[in-house]
Amino acid sequence: MAGLAAGQRLKSTVCATEIMIISAPDGDFELQCGGAPMTDGEGNAGGDVDADYAEGTALGKRYVNEDGGLELLCVKPGDGSLSAGGEALKVKDAKKLPKTD
Amino acid sequence: MNIMMLLEMAASGCPERIAFVDPEMDVSISYQELFDAAGNMAAILRGSDAGRLAMLDISNIGIPIGLFASGWAGIPYVPLNYRLTDPEIDSLIDRITPAYLVTEPERVAGFRDREGVQVSSRTDFVGQARVSGEAPDPWSMDPEDTAVLLFTSGTTGAPKAAVLRQKHLVSYILGSVEFMGADEEEAALVCVPPYHIAGIAAVLSSVYSGRRVVQLANFTAEKWVQIAHDEKITTAFVVPTMLSRIVEELDGAKNADMPHLQSLSYGGGKMPLSVIQRAMELFPGTDFTNAYGLTETSSTITVLGPDEHRLAAASDEESIRRRLVSVGVPLPGIELEIRDEEGSVQPVGERGEIYVRGEQVSGEYEGRGSVVDNDGWFPTRDAGFVDAEGFLFIDGRADDVIVRGGENMSPGEIEDVLLEHPAVSDVAVVGMPSEEWGEAVVAAVVIADEVMAEELQEWVKEHMRSSRVPERIEFWDELPYNETGKLLRRVVKERLV
Repeated sequence: MAGLAAGQRLKSTVCATEIMIISAPDGDFELQCGGAPMTDGEGNAGGDVDADYAEGTALGKRYVNEDGGLELLCVKPGDGSLSAGGEALKVKDAKKLPKTD
Repeated sequence: MNIMMLLEMAASGCPERIAFVDPEMDVSISYQELFDAAGNMAAILRGSDAGRLAMLDISNIGIPIGLFASGWAGIPYVPLNYRLTDPEIDSLIDRITPAYLVTEPERVAGFRDREGVQVSSRTDFVGQARVSGEAPDPWSMDPEDTAVLLFTSGTTGAPKAAVLRQKHLVSYILGSVEFMGADEEEAALVCVPPYHIAGIAAVLSSVYSGRRVVQLANFTAEKWVQIAHDEKITTAFVVPTMLSRIVEELDGAKNADMPHLQSLSYGGGKMPLSVIQRAMELFPGTDFTNAYGLTETSSTITVLGPDEHRLAAASDEESIRRRLVSVGVPLPGIELEIRDEEGSVQPVGERGEIYVRGEQVSGEYEGRGSVVDNDGWFPTRDAGFVDAEGFLFIDGRADDVIVRGGENMSPGEIEDVLLEHPAVSDVAVVGMPSEEWGEAVVAAVVIADEVMAEELQEWVKEHMRSSRVPERIEFWDELPYNETGKLLRRVVKERLV
């Protein structure tokens, strides 16, 4: 997959998951969901979710890699789980902020 | 990125939940219905030749439909100030044609034959949006698309159109609001007008947190208190003038008797210490938050949170107690610096212009480009200082704009009008501290012929909005100028105290 850009929307090819890139490091990045590459074209192609990447995604949660350089927002949940270059992405803790408006 | 994505997520997270209620019109719309209505309207906008969606209207169900529909259609949303005079509105509309204009039924006839304007009444607009139709093609996710054009008053007179792109608004929401953070019973009372950045932010934040929004179109303290009780409001935003009126309305009461009101945030102008102190007594269980922000920064950039309010109010130490009038600390996504006129960063406690940087910061005006520097810093034109703990205090405007009741006005515009009066030979207009308005408009006038203050006030009223009329007019022999001929507004203010 080519470089990722903030704001880009990608779909899983094996489940209903859709994500938006919040931030991404420069360079090529292999982003996967359910163990299969994500796409900016048509989504779910009917393949199976890899059992190693089947924890599911949650709507509105943010996912980050270990060094925090990659951050995604789940905009549609699904059965697969997210990974980048083989590394499973983790849910980022939400900051608690006072309501301002 | 697109604000429509925020609504899509909310509609998928809580489709049945009520999104907006207009109690006076007795209508409401759920999240799924709002999503569908935005799609229907986007299809209509795409089928028209409109390059903008303009809304000249008070708060109503059509406002969020219009905001999201324009995001879906890929054209800028332009909320217009319905308090402007007809000529002022006309000149703004000239700048945004071809446009699809939604307005109050009474105004429709006036725009029917206008070139470049396709006009629709609020009633027709909402009606059309709410019939079932087929969802149009998806919205663009290009972060650079313009989401909102917001006219703001500047120093040079003619309003500037601030450009807020999708990336600015989406970054602000993602950085400051927890998705579906609201419980089922939470309700926000929104009484700021839709043409104010706080009104736009309120729509977007509430949608992303899944909160029910109760709209109050024409604020009065009496109605606010009534609705807050009746609708069991849990959260609200007010400008200082509104809070001052609410406190007056509850005069004599031991407390406001609103245990359900969990949070009350305020911003948009200077909050008098006496008002916030009294408000905290009247709403003992409520979390108070002061939010400071600008149109150009997609709303809030610094926050004084509930804990800081309580700590400051309970403290005997002056340095901590005075934080009640501070605007707090920057949001996590915002960097802040105080700079002097040469651009050097100021030390703690020194006054200077406030600069900010962050993904939500736009700083761009249509037709004028960006005022953000190469490193991404935006000069706010507000002056202030930061204390030892990093709390920001606002201290007037770097460029003397008057902020009256949350409304920015340029002294130059008012001076220009006064100078046109045959009896006036020179004039300085400044904002003076006011308990009621934050700042009041006051004029120092040098006259060539005899004239009464009342006559000059009437003169301004004939030519401008009534909010511009000087509350007080003093007659001076001459105005203070420096050697290069620059009016010394600071000296004018000192003499007017």
